[in-house]
Amino acid sequence: MSDQEQGAGLNRRIPEAGVAALLLAVGGIVIMDSLRVGIEWADDGPKAGYFPFFIGILLAFSAGWTLLLTLLGWSRETKLFSQWSELRDVAAMLVPTTVFIVAVPFLGLYVPGAVLIGYFMKRHGDFGWIATILTALCVPVTFFLIFERWFLVPLAKGPIEAWLGF
Amino acid sequence: MDELNSLFQGFAVAMTLPNLGFMLLGLVLGILIGVLPGLGGANGVAILLPLTFSMNPTSAIIMLSCIYWGALFGGAITSILFNIPGEPWSVATTFDGFPLAQQGRAAEALTAAFTSSFVGAFFAVLAITFLAPLLAKFALEFGPPEFFAVQMLTFCSFIGMSKDPPMKTLAAMMLGFALAAVGMDTVTGQLRMTFGYPELLKGFDFLIAVIGLFGIGEILLTMEEGLAFKGKSAKISFKVVWNTWRELLQYWRTFIRSVLIGCWMGITPGGATPASFMGYGMARRAAKDKESFGRGNVEGVVAPETAAHAAGTSALLPMLTLGIPGSPTAAVLLGGLLIWGLQPGPLLFVEQKDFVWGLIASMYLGNLVGLFVVLTTVPWWAAILRIPFPVIAPVIIVICAIGAYTVHSSIFDVIMMLVFGVLGYLFKKLRYPMAPLVLALVLGDMAESSFRQSMLLSQGDVGIFFGNWLVGGLMALAIFLLLVPAWGSFKDMLRRREASAHLG
Repeated sequence: MSDQEQGAGLNRRIPEAGVAALLLAVGGIVIMDSLRVGIEWADDGPKAGYFPFFIGILLAFSAGWTLLLTLLGWSRETKLFSQWSELRDVAAMLVPTTVFIVAVPFLGLYVPGAVLIGYFMKRHGDFGWIATILTALCVPVTFFLIFERWFLVPLAKGPIEAWLGF
Repeated sequence: MDELNSLFQGFAVAMTLPNLGFMLLGLVLGILIGVLPGLGGANGVAILLPLTFSMNPTSAIIMLSCIYWGALFGGAITSILFNIPGEPWSVATTFDGFPLAQQGRAAEALTAAFTSSFVGAFFAVLAITFLAPLLAKFALEFGPPEFFAVQMLTFCSFIGMSKDPPMKTLAAMMLGFALAAVGMDTVTGQLRMTFGYPELLKGFDFLIAVIGLFGIGEILLTMEEGLAFKGKSAKISFKVVWNTWRELLQYWRTFIRSVLIGCWMGITPGGATPASFMGYGMARRAAKDKESFGRGNVEGVVAPETAAHAAGTSALLPMLTLGIPGSPTAAVLLGGLLIWGLQPGPLLFVEQKDFVWGLIASMYLGNLVGLFVVLTTVPWWAAILRIPFPVIAPVIIVICAIGAYTVHSSIFDVIMMLVFGVLGYLFKKLRYPMAPLVLALVLGDMAESSFRQSMLLSQGDVGIFFGNWLVGGLMALAIFLLLVPAWGSFKDMLRRREASAHLG
């Protein structure tokens, strides 16, 4: 597309090589672990590593192929993966999401969920405090009613819910 | 006529009041999922799957399959009114749908899209009704080598038909198989690739992968594209519907063509997305006024929508009869069957008659009811899309996290969902296909056990896969489909060499 003309960004070759190297490593792990549990035949049939061994070989081969092509064409690659501004937008989503998920084991799903929604509305939208707080509270309460009351599926809860008596 | 009898019994199962209620609920949830960015058929069904654990399997599958129909309908609304394909298979619908909306003919385009969806799905269900019992009876004779050959066919056709680079398709698929192998080996009881982490004992659940890859990954992509919803509004009046229906009759050839393409692509796991593009391309090639395509031609809405729905529906045929899903969403439904203790495959038609025919009957009803629901509630759905993205995005993230948590009530799964989400974003950007990863993750254990059983039968001789005409034929077809792209690039190379020879 018209990536080349607009603004600077991350060259495609870096994530391309990174993902291929990661997959190659996974392939290597699969092969090694299959060798550990045994790829040959036991008295009662093939051992546990028999099938995954082939999978590991094919994964390492296909990932290695992509990695090789990327490395061979390293200096000729001009396509962008993304512009820096686009990557900033992705990070604006990814970082709070990561914080949210890291908080879940300690605080449950409800409170971090409300904070995430509130943070987003304040940071990326032009909402007043009342609208923000109302939305941030109503959404988790709705989920609580749907999941725990209607369908009887318990969700992860933290100390605050325990303090409230749930 | 056995099929008709069973079908009527199925209608009796599906027509009970609670089941009709679940059908309606499923449709509404499905349309909502189809309209919202980041939630699609596959991950929507995956997120809602835990809700059905306490229901009886028949009601549960009726609700889930209706979510699927709803999502298929919902995708068309966003493509036509907002030029944003809510689902990958509605990309082709935007080509002519959005220009129609810009010309103030949104109601016409929406009616055409919904009606075509209905027609496509209806004929695919007809195919299922009459083909599924035959295929199931045939497949009862299958042994492990035959099953492995069919699975091989599925995976080879993925590599062969994928628009993405074949080596990346292979890598994505093998990653799925590798993840499926993590945990306890069901035959020997040995632990594989757990490295002492107790969380890995159970292995990776594909539902988590689906929610992460398609849900979180999609939201990250949407963020990057910087979405601003600027849509056309639409209200559908009865008169417009009637006039559009009359107009649609003249496109009967397009309907037939797209239904055939769709059914073929759905049964062989091509999926709804390529089917919709092929339907669009074929209609355009056959049309007299090619120029009008892309500028607001109703036929350009009819062709992809019919094909996408025919494919989406017929993907359930191999899922029910062979236990091999034709699409990621069908894979999620298959996962549901396993959770409810039903083993998909030919025996399902013998042992769980009520279930199978209840499901098939609900497909007829669900589509018909869906058509009316969606025709009457369009303005409401369009309004949902006007909710600003800063509200929708975090809510969807929270929904995905809840969905991932409820599968096993495990917080480790929520973290894995995020990892899969980042992977999904990278895969999408680098053109690694996600469907083969998901299917391999679902079918990994089954493929492995049928392969090992075959090897046991033959004492390690690979020749068993060419032992008789059936299994040999399937394997030959699989290898043929695998080599199609290689043949294509070989021809390209020859042509280029010839061209340069002429120049020189």
